[in-house]
Amino acid sequence: MLTLLRRSLVLALFFLVLLGLAYPLAETGLAGTLFPGRSGGSLTANGSTLIGQRWKGTRWFHGRPDPDNPMASGPTNLGPRSEKLRDQVEARIDRWHRLGVKPTPELVTGSGSGLDPDISPRAAYAQVPMVAKARHLPPSVVRHLVSASIRGPQLGFLGAPYVNVLELNESLARLR
Amino acid sequence: MGYFLTLVVMVAVLAVVWRLLGAYMVAVYDGRTRWLAFVERPLYRLLGTDPKVEQTWRRYAVSLIAFSLVSALLTYAILRLQGHLPLNPDHLHGVPPALSFNTAVSFLTNTNWQNYPGETTMSYLSQMTALAVQNFVSASVGMAVAVALIRGLSRKGSSTIGNFWVDLTRGVLYILLPISFLMAIVFVSQGAVQTLAGPAHIHDALNGVSQTIPRGPVASQEVIKQLGTNGGGFFNANAAHPFENPDGLTNLLEILLILSIPVALTYTFGRMVGSVRQGVAVLAAMTLLFGVWLGSTSVAEHAPNPAVAAAGLAHQPGGNMVGKEARFGDTSSALFNVVSTQTSTGSVDSSMDSYNPLGGMGTMTGMMLGEVSPGGVGSGLYTMLCFALLAVFIGGLMVGRTPEYLGKKIQAREVKLAAIAILVMPVTVLVLAGLASVLPAGTSPTLNAGPHGFSEILYAFTSQANNNGSAFAGLSSNTVFYNVLGGLAMLVGRFVIIIPVLALAGALAAKEMVPAGAGTFRTDTALFAGLLVAVVLIVGGLTFFPAVSLGPVVEALSHGRFFG
Repeated sequence: MLTLLRRSLVLALFFLVLLGLAYPLAETGLAGTLFPGRSGGSLTANGSTLIGQRWKGTRWFHGRPDPDNPMASGPTNLGPRSEKLRDQVEARIDRWHRLGVKPTPELVTGSGSGLDPDISPRAAYAQVPMVAKARHLPPSVVRHLVSASIRGPQLGFLGAPYVNVLELNESLARLR
Repeated sequence: MGYFLTLVVMVAVLAVVWRLLGAYMVAVYDGRTRWLAFVERPLYRLLGTDPKVEQTWRRYAVSLIAFSLVSALLTYAILRLQGHLPLNPDHLHGVPPALSFNTAVSFLTNTNWQNYPGETTMSYLSQMTALAVQNFVSASVGMAVAVALIRGLSRKGSSTIGNFWVDLTRGVLYILLPISFLMAIVFVSQGAVQTLAGPAHIHDALNGVSQTIPRGPVASQEVIKQLGTNGGGFFNANAAHPFENPDGLTNLLEILLILSIPVALTYTFGRMVGSVRQGVAVLAAMTLLFGVWLGSTSVAEHAPNPAVAAAGLAHQPGGNMVGKEARFGDTSSALFNVVSTQTSTGSVDSSMDSYNPLGGMGTMTGMMLGEVSPGGVGSGLYTMLCFALLAVFIGGLMVGRTPEYLGKKIQAREVKLAAIAILVMPVTVLVLAGLASVLPAGTSPTLNAGPHGFSEILYAFTSQANNNGSAFAGLSSNTVFYNVLGGLAMLVGRFVIIIPVLALAGALAAKEMVPAGAGTFRTDTALFAGLLVAVVLIVGGLTFFPAVSLGPVVEALSHGRFFG
């Protein structure tokens, strides 16, 4: 038994060094050399295009109604027959209606990560009248920005088409 | 249309992987592949083991348990001591004892149930050296057990079933590590994070928002977490987190990584027992079960969420998007979670707790079948082979002949061992879920009211006893009650299955081959695959139907009712 335990310990330590240190460190070095921007979190001057933010006011496009706290990722976990979920969604629909927007489901429901950086093209188009009015722009100009920002489905079939909210708002900021 | 194409590409890639990786694994476990001999030879010398000397099943099992014990203690120690160790940019403290126990057991048993949020609990060093290392070795242990069972079936009059140390080492060096190394860089190219630079602090001048964004060596861990069907996320949101799973391509790659080894092992099995058709029959049974569950879950999630519909958005395209990411959409998310629960992975790219009642039922019952479609790396195949023995036994009872499988007479001892391996999981799940449902310590951590609250408890024990690790995550299970009970469920669900399976391997290896005769029930036919599916469904259905009725079924039938 003692031989087995000694052998186990030696092998476990070998794996610890190879798989726990050499492998991730080599991968980190390679990733930093080949993809310095992406390996570091796809950061722009205004945040990460992969991490959602809570946008304020009617001058910007809004993302999913997530907490957007990157230190606490995760969904709400409310069940499909939860009164709380139904009431939350009702309140969000009311808020959008007051802003003159007819919301789509993603604009009133939390995401899987709690940090979803994207919305569907329909959800972006729905906000065009609100943003155009707040910025005194012709709606056609804003609508054009949205259609230029549509990404995916990747390779034409993977996942769903989406609009990255940070990229869309950055292009909005460049507009003036 | 896009979803259909995704499925076509998935099947096409898996067909190639099945053949190529399957054949490669035969060469690896037969010892014919040797391009890493320069690492292996000195390592075996250091271990004091002769790679040519094989072990009896008892010796194999004792070696496996000794290695698991040492691994668990090492993991536990790193988690407890992380506050005093390097690579801890967030200055996190040691992980508390009950949580360290649960986590060490969880990663040891290939479960990766997580009672903690990664970003605020685990240092980089803990993620790399405690958790990711276990992702590799627990997967390799599962594969070793499956290969030992295959050897038992393919040998005659043999007292040994292989060398545990060699099988474990070769699985890691020749299969898991090279694939992980190549794929991790592909993930980084799509946006998965891989850095030791600590969290990023950003300020958005447009919006006046400041954020602290956690980072880390994510891609290297993400890849092995899927390839080894482990499933434990670097971050709390798991594969829904854009830093783990940034786009549609990585979503498909994760699905392919999860399915590759479990699917390819059926080819390995066929080749090692001398008839690829035998492997195809097993794979066909797996595929049929998988297809039915995938279809029903995808349809369920393509429908609107009842709570969202009741709030006024009844007639909108886009399916149930509660807890799903915009870039994946409803059906690709459902595909991911079905793949993850029909294997022993448990990684999620969308919130299972917010799935529609029949969608959530699909993911839960997928595990309840014993995770055989295609199941975890190794564990899927060895569990399915136990079902195959049960199927030939039932077939034998029907015609009144001693059952045979692959030329081996299946007698009382083999049937008993297979039955133990199959029944351990349902007994563990039902006893512990029943206990938790009547104790305040079990019911108070549930988030949702009504039948969904019961589903959270039932799901938790189903997931842990099956070494899956996914959750109806509303359950706040970081309590001493759930940490300890869950830890026990994971240990039983792993080792009380592995030991009978190794005993079975030993018993089968010792037997002589019986030549096939006119009365032999053929096991490489569609008829046998159908019987195998029926046995899996009957065992799972009989044991779990009452419990499932109280959770998702009640919920699905509660039209117009909401629970608060």
